[in-house]
Amino acid sequence: MHARTSLLPLRLDDVSYRIDGQELIRNITLDFDAGAPTLVLGPNGAGKSLLLRLCHGLIRPSTGRVQWQGAAAQNPETLRFGQAMVFQKPVLLRRSVLANVIFPLHLRGLDKATQMAKAMAALERVGLAALADRPARVLSGGEQQRLALARAWALEPQILFLDEPAAALDPSATRQVEAIIDSIGRGGTKIVMTTHDLGQARRLAGEVIFLHRGAVAERTAADRFFDNPQSEAAAAFLRGDLTW
Amino acid sequence: MNTISDAFLLSLQMMLHLEPELLRIVGLSLRVSLTAVVIGSLIGLPLGALLALTRFPGRNACIVVLNACMGLPPVVVGLIVYLLLSRSGPLGPLGWLFSPAGMVMAQVVLITPIVAALSRQTVADLWIEYEEQLRSLGLTPLKAIITLLWDGRFSLSTAVLAGFGRAIAEVGAIIIVGGNIAGYTRTMTTAISLETSRGDLALAMALGIVLLAIAIGINATATTLGNAARRRQGA
Repeated sequence: MHARTSLLPLRLDDVSYRIDGQELIRNITLDFDAGAPTLVLGPNGAGKSLLLRLCHGLIRPSTGRVQWQGAAAQNPETLRFGQAMVFQKPVLLRRSVLANVIFPLHLRGLDKATQMAKAMAALERVGLAALADRPARVLSGGEQQRLALARAWALEPQILFLDEPAAALDPSATRQVEAIIDSIGRGGTKIVMTTHDLGQARRLAGEVIFLHRGAVAERTAADRFFDNPQSEAAAAFLRGDLTW
Repeated sequence: MNTISDAFLLSLQMMLHLEPELLRIVGLSLRVSLTAVVIGSLIGLPLGALLALTRFPGRNACIVVLNACMGLPPVVVGLIVYLLLSRSGPLGPLGWLFSPAGMVMAQVVLITPIVAALSRQTVADLWIEYEEQLRSLGLTPLKAIITLLWDGRFSLSTAVLAGFGRAIAEVGAIIIVGGNIAGYTRTMTTAISLETSRGDLALAMALGIVLLAIAIGINATATTLGNAARRRQGA
């Protein structure tokens, strides 16, 4: 990646999120900085997706603050365009595969040739270049998710949020998606990803944040987390006990 | 019984011979209604999308009024536009009363709420699917509206067709504003109304058949093209 000033670190300062009196995220304080992928684990309803949405700015915290602390965060353009997110169910526009990747590049005001070059390069990397002219919506589930990843990748974000990107995919599509995420991370993009698939977490994680009932139960380096979790909740989760 | 079959045969003859008067009437009808649909869609589609995306106090009231306006009685619209365009009315200087321009204006008033109300629903449904992704990509509200209108184009064509159907079929508004002047503001519907009351059932019947054929033809074409495109897009 080319040199540029950074948005990171991202700091969540005592963030809580409530809906209808229910506290779904409780007093989370966390820092995200450049480096190995961060995997957010936890049982269903622990608040994994909400945490990602709070970080990405799709929802606002009820109390507390989400702050981008890097120098580049002063620039609203960089703040808006320096981050990207891929959702569990890929949201593809009713256009061609290529047009889906070009769409956000066009928004960023790049010239036509650059849009095209970046989009085709991204499609090439996820193995969809041959399908560039197909309508995006007729692709298979795995291809759709790879397209969503290509669209995010083409933007060269500093940080990429992924919300259960392989939850609805079969094993071979999951492997492809994981390989792509790994490449994006190696390219210098900070990966922050939720999953409930422990095997996937083992394969991708540099560190693990374990959420339990809306709060951070622990944050541990991946090599220690899976063998020696620090919190009782994570230990129970790893044993396969039904926790909630 | 005889009257119907006679009128039917006569009307077939008129159509086969492409009678100039028939052609003129059909041509004006299409010109007025198509113009009204274009203008009504240019106003109604963005308006519907705006209502789907924005949240403001009184928004629900706006939607209720808009939905109610889908059923505006054409004669009432005709009367109001007549008053606006009449010599002493605020738009009198335009000189549009008893002219095709005035008829277009009346039909725009009838169509715009239909297009806006139907497209609001379509865009609102699409927004549920797209909102997070579009906000994530950093779209401004204006860009989001343009994107939603484009991506909803197949469903939105139904809204536009509904507007066209309303325009081509209505008689109450254009007969008041246009005055049913032969060779100038006479359309299919106003002519049917006049010829029926005068007893010239053949011309009325011929126009009725053409009107039905146009309505069916346009809807069939739009549906076929729409379905083909939709299938191609997997939308």
